[in-house]
Amino acid sequence: MVDFSGIAKRVCLELLPDIRVGEFVLVHVGFALARIDEAEAARTFSLLEELRQLSELQESP
Amino acid sequence: MKYLEEYRDPSAAEKALESIARIAKSPWAIMEVCGGQTHSIVRHGLDRRLPSGIELLHGPGCPVCVTPLEMIDRAHAVAAQPGVIFCSFGDMLRVPGSHGDLLSLKARGCDVRIVYSPLDAMRLAVGNPHREVVFFAIGFETTAPANAMAVWQAKRAGIRNFSVLVSQVLVPPMLAAILESPDNRVDAFLGPGHVCTVMGTGEYAPIAETYGVPVVITGFEPVDLLAGILRAVRQLEEGRAALENAYGRVVTAAGNSAAKSLIAEVFEVTDRKWRGLGSIPKSGLRLRPPYRELDAERRFDVRHLETDEPAECISGMILRGLRKPNQCPAFGKTCTPDTPLGATMVSSEGACAAYYTYGRHLAGAEDACKAR
Repeated sequence: MVDFSGIAKRVCLELLPDIRVGEFVLVHVGFALARIDEAEAARTFSLLEELRQLSELQESP
Repeated sequence: MKYLEEYRDPSAAEKALESIARIAKSPWAIMEVCGGQTHSIVRHGLDRRLPSGIELLHGPGCPVCVTPLEMIDRAHAVAAQPGVIFCSFGDMLRVPGSHGDLLSLKARGCDVRIVYSPLDAMRLAVGNPHREVVFFAIGFETTAPANAMAVWQAKRAGIRNFSVLVSQVLVPPMLAAILESPDNRVDAFLGPGHVCTVMGTGEYAPIAETYGVPVVITGFEPVDLLAGILRAVRQLEEGRAALENAYGRVVTAAGNSAAKSLIAEVFEVTDRKWRGLGSIPKSGLRLRPPYRELDAERRFDVRHLETDEPAECISGMILRGLRKPNQCPAFGKTCTPDTPLGATMVSSEGACAAYYTYGRHLAGAEDACKAR
């Protein structure tokens, strides 16, 4: 069973054989397709911040 | 919801927009591939917040939109057969075929049902042993594992009254077809985030290299989309053309190996016709010989039918990013979500539906200035 913000739905986990309770997954048409990587999730923001700082050094004319 | 809300944070989005504005010095046309990405862009008005030189082209990544008219007509023919329970994702029901849509068949008493998952259709087959249950297996690589699983399980369990009508398509050949078209305007792609959770990113590096076009695998929330655009613009400004993964929290280079194995077991690559794009070689999937007994086209012998597109509908040009919905004379007038002329207005992921839902038919002048 997968919890979608409080709504529980039955999802097929066959495609993620190593998944464990407590992990977050991406679900599509009733199937869990991928686990969500916490470190990568944070990296989206740190990379945006890096690029922001870099861009400040290259202001558009 | 965790891993969702953060990517809708307005201040992170603003900062990304500022970064893009600072580094964008030349005009660029960037195509987002997925219908879900188009929808999110239009909903959040991201295209209107970008610097005027950055244009977003809406790609044909809407599986409902690109399902060929022949397949809709075949679905019709199967669904109309007595005793059949025809199951489909909701969107497909309102796509106009040559002779109306599946919903109108339902209204006439045929048993057409909306399902969320192909496994639901399989369960209907188990629960109704004296009826033929057919599932309309459309989609890109994202739905392929689910459809493969349903076919594989049905065969293994000996469920004889279940079959699938297959219209699966693949993204990489579609990108190549767009790039090879004489009227191509794409400078960079925002690659398909969820397709890549299944297939990995390996197929996209050759596209970037061969065609000299950056491909940034991108998610669907505003922060994800802006991060993808920022990384694409950065490459373009620096004269680079490489594959980047901007959706690392769910996309890995290898993808989902269990899903890929299952797809390879059940399906094989074939040529497919795309609505609005024509036939693209090796761009789709069909059932492999051991599973062909579950092919609804064979079981119901519906392979030959006349097709007829409404003349006014310019879905084809919209799907290739050559026109925006509000440049279509029928948009918002004869063509609305209630009275759709073509698939791009019917599907919740279609560009026309997105533009209409978020009121773009009411802002004609503003968009006309920006459109090219």
